[in-house]
Amino acid sequence: MTETATLERAVDAPPTPESPPLLAIRGIRKGFPGVVALDGVSFTLKAGTVHALMGENGAGKSTLMKIIAGVYIPDQGQILLKGQPVTLSSPIDALKQGIAMIHQELNLMPHMTVAENVWITREPRNRFGLVDHRELKRRTEELFERLHIDIDPLAEVQTLSVASRQMVEIAKAVSWNSDVLIMDEPTSALTEKEVSHLFRIIRSLREQGKGIIYITHKMNELFEIADEFSVFRDGKYIATCAASDVTRDDIIQMMVGREITQMFPKETVPIGDVVLSVKNLTLDGVFHDVSFDIRSGEILGLAGLVGSGRSNVAETLFGVTPASSGSITIRGQQMVIDKPAKAMAAGMAFLTEDRKDTGCFLCLDIQDNMDLAVLNSRYVNKLGFVQSDALAKDCSEMARRLRVKTPSMHEVIQNLSGGNQQKVLVGRWLLTNPSILILDEPTRGIDVGAKAEIHRLVSELAGQGVAVLMISSEMPEVLGMSDRVAVMHEGRITGILDRKDADQVSVMSLAAK
Amino acid sequence: MSTTAVNTMASLPTPSKFKLPQEASIFLVLLGIGLLFEGLGWYVNGQSFLFNLDRLQIIILQMAVIGIIAIGVNLVIITSGIDLSSGSVVAASAVVAASLAQVSDFPRAVFPALTDLPIIWPLLAGAITGLMIGLLNGSLIAFTAIPPFIATLGTMVAARGFAKWFTGGMPVSMLTDDFAWIGSGANPVIIFLVLAVIFHVVLRHTRFGKFTYAIGANRQAAIVSGINVNRHLIWIYTIAGLLAGIAGTVTAARAISGQSGMGVMYELDAIAAVVIGGTSLVGGKGRITGTVIGVLILGVMTSGFTFIRIDAYYQEMVKGAIIVAAVIADQYRNKKKR
Repeated sequence: MTETATLERAVDAPPTPESPPLLAIRGIRKGFPGVVALDGVSFTLKAGTVHALMGENGAGKSTLMKIIAGVYIPDQGQILLKGQPVTLSSPIDALKQGIAMIHQELNLMPHMTVAENVWITREPRNRFGLVDHRELKRRTEELFERLHIDIDPLAEVQTLSVASRQMVEIAKAVSWNSDVLIMDEPTSALTEKEVSHLFRIIRSLREQGKGIIYITHKMNELFEIADEFSVFRDGKYIATCAASDVTRDDIIQMMVGREITQMFPKETVPIGDVVLSVKNLTLDGVFHDVSFDIRSGEILGLAGLVGSGRSNVAETLFGVTPASSGSITIRGQQMVIDKPAKAMAAGMAFLTEDRKDTGCFLCLDIQDNMDLAVLNSRYVNKLGFVQSDALAKDCSEMARRLRVKTPSMHEVIQNLSGGNQQKVLVGRWLLTNPSILILDEPTRGIDVGAKAEIHRLVSELAGQGVAVLMISSEMPEVLGMSDRVAVMHEGRITGILDRKDADQVSVMSLAAK
Repeated sequence: MSTTAVNTMASLPTPSKFKLPQEASIFLVLLGIGLLFEGLGWYVNGQSFLFNLDRLQIIILQMAVIGIIAIGVNLVIITSGIDLSSGSVVAASAVVAASLAQVSDFPRAVFPALTDLPIIWPLLAGAITGLMIGLLNGSLIAFTAIPPFIATLGTMVAARGFAKWFTGGMPVSMLTDDFAWIGSGANPVIIFLVLAVIFHVVLRHTRFGKFTYAIGANRQAAIVSGINVNRHLIWIYTIAGLLAGIAGTVTAARAISGQSGMGVMYELDAIAAVVIGGTSLVGGKGRITGTVIGVLILGVMTSGFTFIRIDAYYQEMVKGAIIVAAVIADQYRNKKKR
């Protein structure tokens, strides 16, 4: 791996002894089983600035943010708050020390009033020890006035718009007298007008000397609101720059700058007829007008940032969440796919994104996990009796072919490593002999060896004429495996690139408009 | 499932350690409790508790009705659901079955025109009553997505009410000898064991059984694997209702009377037997063999306490403790695996 973007590393000025920075992170390392999420990361937040964190999915932004908010404890490294080393043992601990996080998914109690939500756990009491509602209202009004927020303190939170709830969250964070505010994609659900209101509030917080850590995938916001930004890649700190010094392309360069290793044994295979054709597929409020074709033997990569609607498209194709409009045509025949059984009957197979939530039957053994998708068709006689011997033989044959490491087919799947679990799930779908294979993050969180084996297998299947739709957040995987790459952004396909035109910069600029 | 076909994976050693089936440990508990009462029996009464054919018969006979219910409740709990309605279903189906089994020379029959019917009619009526309530449970759970606890709590109250309304609070008695025959001798036990064998085979060897475990293990994954989860759940609750209906019919035949107060708390005994038998309330795990042993444990305890002349109030307290202990043991087992 070569780093092409070390050129701008110098901007991060050392803190002067007389005025220590608001927040300084030094040499943070955080590992999870199987991966190092952050490796020796340093980062400085000055008072009175908005500092954006940039990086691809999996670059380590969220992990860093959670460490600063006290959700994760780092394995190594130091956190300095106004020059003093601190340990942040929990979110409440961080809050008490002046670091507040505004979560992407809002954490408000819908049936309680705005004022109750803001001051929860710190309600003013009257002399009987009961909550003093008048004082509660007064404090909230005072706080809202300071922030130029116009919301009725006595309204129930469930009656508010998403934007207003966001404001309440921010007010709540400020009410703790926090110096450091962390905002994770705060504009993802806001209209343009609401965004500008939010930005006004952020600017006024900045003037009050707060430090704001801002995470966004939207480049134009970055230039509008951020003073500085830091780029992360693969768990490493890359650079910090002033927003005024760089262009959009520079940042994308820094975010992706790495070469593709030869991990992906892409075979050239003959591409056949169109197997799956999707036209204007729409799921109201989630994705719109998605159209693409996949031919037999072809691997179509589906790239895009988390939340761009990639997985939703896959779920709709497979009938888990039926489409609101649009058409799905399989081998020239238009089909209504409103449940998974219909998709399976049409030759589709779907390896879901979340192994634990929607893939594995954790308390069942390998055999039971593998054979479940073929019980609708084969291996069952007219009375519903399972033909165990034939089934067991084919499953263990499949396990052998996929090199599942286990002492026996009766091992509970929970006891297997992530990579082996994934192989079992791949086996589940291969047993159905699919002609269309939908893979959602097929190699997430599995070790390098298993990853290479799954890549080899996918290439092999394409060689046998299977049409593959592969969703992946790993850019090298998408670029290495795909014949074409479709890119999604905010529920729409923003472009479909041929293999020869697809590189990290072209994909990223379509993914982060 | 045949184990011989699979246990050799390529280039990997076959597991050498012999694993006891889960039922073995429950069976040991049953044996332990039995021996405990055996010892206490000699100490208190100077006679054997276990080696008494009459007593063993009574234990099994007493528990046959709970056992029939527990088979259905076991299916429900494997899908990570719960069925609270079974006790009330026993009452509803008992009174309905009894009403069609009355003799003609009884002047106050519920249906004076329908007396001295062939035995098949009360049997069918009792079973169908249970089946319909089960179907209602399943439909509520599948189509309105309310939690099984609430759906079956509702039918539990409603079915009891139905039984009271149907009988006007009076027992339905003067039943035919043919009908009484169902509940006589070892018949309830035979019905229980036949049903247990059928559902053991269904759970272990059919697609229906595999889907049942899959839904309990991970509902989302089951949906994505192409299982029609809603339809399957309706089947499960309907079967549970049918079995409770059969249990109610047997109860009426044993008592030679149908009463709206029958089966009170039976649902809890059935749930207790299932849980003691090693079925996980989280779902995805559990066998009929375990449930049968669980039923026997409950029976041995009830009979044993009575034998050593311990007050019924104490019995309930100990029973409660044992149910809680069974769940704690289950959780401990799960944790150790992780």
